[in-house]
Amino acid sequence: MIQGTEHDPATILAAYRATRRRRGVILLGMVVLGMAAFLLDISTGPSPLRLADVLLGLFQPDQLSAPEQTIIRQVRLPYALMALLVGAALSLAGAEMQTILNNPLASPFTLGVSSAASFGAALAIVSGISLPFVPADWMVPLNAFIAAFASVLLLEALARSRAAGMEGVVLFGIALVFTFNALVALLQFVASQEALSQLVFWTMGSLGRSTWGGLTTLAVVLALVLPFSWRAADAMTALRLGEDRARSFGVDVRRLRLFSLLRISALAATAVAFVGTIGFIGLVGPHIARMLLGEDHRFLLPASLLTGAVIMSLASVLSKVLVPGVLLPVGIVTSMIGVPVFLLLILKKPNRV
Amino acid sequence: MSEALEIAGLSAAYGGRSVIDGLSLPPFAPGTVTSLIGPNAAGKTTLLRALAGLHPAKGSVRLGGRNLLALPLAEHARFVTYMPQSLPQRVALSVLEGVAGALRASPVDGPALSDAELMARALEVIELVGIGHKALAGLDHLSGGQRQLASLAQALARSPRVLLLDEPISALDLYYQLRVMKLVQQLARERGMIVIMVLHDLAIAARWSDRVVVLAEGRVMADGAPAQAISAEVLASVYKVRGRVEQDGADLRIAIDDILP
Repeated sequence: MIQGTEHDPATILAAYRATRRRRGVILLGMVVLGMAAFLLDISTGPSPLRLADVLLGLFQPDQLSAPEQTIIRQVRLPYALMALLVGAALSLAGAEMQTILNNPLASPFTLGVSSAASFGAALAIVSGISLPFVPADWMVPLNAFIAAFASVLLLEALARSRAAGMEGVVLFGIALVFTFNALVALLQFVASQEALSQLVFWTMGSLGRSTWGGLTTLAVVLALVLPFSWRAADAMTALRLGEDRARSFGVDVRRLRLFSLLRISALAATAVAFVGTIGFIGLVGPHIARMLLGEDHRFLLPASLLTGAVIMSLASVLSKVLVPGVLLPVGIVTSMIGVPVFLLLILKKPNRV
Repeated sequence: MSEALEIAGLSAAYGGRSVIDGLSLPPFAPGTVTSLIGPNAAGKTTLLRALAGLHPAKGSVRLGGRNLLALPLAEHARFVTYMPQSLPQRVALSVLEGVAGALRASPVDGPALSDAELMARALEVIELVGIGHKALAGLDHLSGGQRQLASLAQALARSPRVLLLDEPISALDLYYQLRVMKLVQQLARERGMIVIMVLHDLAIAARWSDRVVVLAEGRVMADGAPAQAISAEVLASVYKVRGRVEQDGADLRIAIDDILP
């Protein structure tokens, strides 16, 4: 069965280099696709804009009428940018999570980080708590962030204890989803009518809350996280070959997990804090990236980030055109795309669930 | 440079149950291949993992002047490499990416090698284990035997002082079993490595090792040159089988007749 034919190393190397170039081209294609989706996102809406006007609005706003300027600059641009950033953040978080927890179904949404953020937000909305020096409209995102961070710390503590194992962490994450969903339901039950409507909107996930402040925060978090993600890429590739193997190569797996979980919590919590619960991007994005580029994390991580941004941007477009005249919460759209993909993954990989 | 590996009073537990208790072995000499044999659940894997610093253990494992057990993991990995029994399933990496990726991630080798050197070394070991023609194939698209060779290539890519192989030939056909044993022996001699490998095939252990350690229930039942360590008595007491062991010149002939009642 195994043939001992020798192969010319130079030929193999050349073929491998070609693969790497092809991957570079795919990454570049994703960037182009992301930009196209971004422009499409800006041009789509209750009053459609021509692509030329979108470009003018972005680069030479003076040549457009004042209402068009407002639509592009104040309404559509923050939405579209937020879609890209949230998609990128959630998908990168999902990719890291799937690797360090060694489970293809891991993502901020499936392991309770998003649910925890929802709970934190719900608590702030229903109780109306406030902190000194924190503006009122930041209380909801801040609380969401704190809850998401706490849930990741719980996951991390469990991952660090030897007793549970990686399957235990995943089961615990699923338990978190149910727990926080129940707590949110409880809050909904006791909430006032006004708080309830705000709460429902939040748990659905919507780009409608995009502000320049939120955008800047998310951009800063992404910019801070990216270099560390990049530096951990090789260690994560080695981890895919097995934990014992990676450790025997000198990779400090526990440290890798801890810092990765911190990055995941920062990314997921910030994204969820500003737009609410967006499901499945963190699950589907990395899977598509993996199918296209494999699991060398030097390619997988950037590809996941780009795939997430593209999907989220397209979901944002869909949320505006699916029901004419109605802006659907984007979280509903991502779940509608995500659920069939999720099912496909389960059916394809029964022994890994 | 010839630093021997010495194990003294080594104890390790698994899930609260003692697996190895106060195990001591005479020094392992550089450039030699030792086979670790014994029945299932004898503690062979636990012993290798403890030596690799992957399993918490008490006692002392000394290489030259250092106590390896006291070293931090990254420092430990400088001296010891461990090949686990299996590779995880469903990994979207090619054979080449697996070896190169593992090398690149190692804080010992990664920073010391340029990309070209790293790729050259990865290709060289893939060629050595005999799957050069599969270098660009995905790990998931290999047969069980080829996967084991890819796994071995990842371990051989580094040249540590101590190489620990956990059942490296269990999935291989006859040709590749011998090819791997010859290769391991040759690399041990050339690089002055101490190789300790878990094997189940006594004939191969006898033919290709310099030393055989028989382990049962965490204790050393026999230790020495193959002809000393493997005997009819050991077969009976350790494996509960009736067998004959005959020395014929340099060869050791082992025949297993039946299980003991």
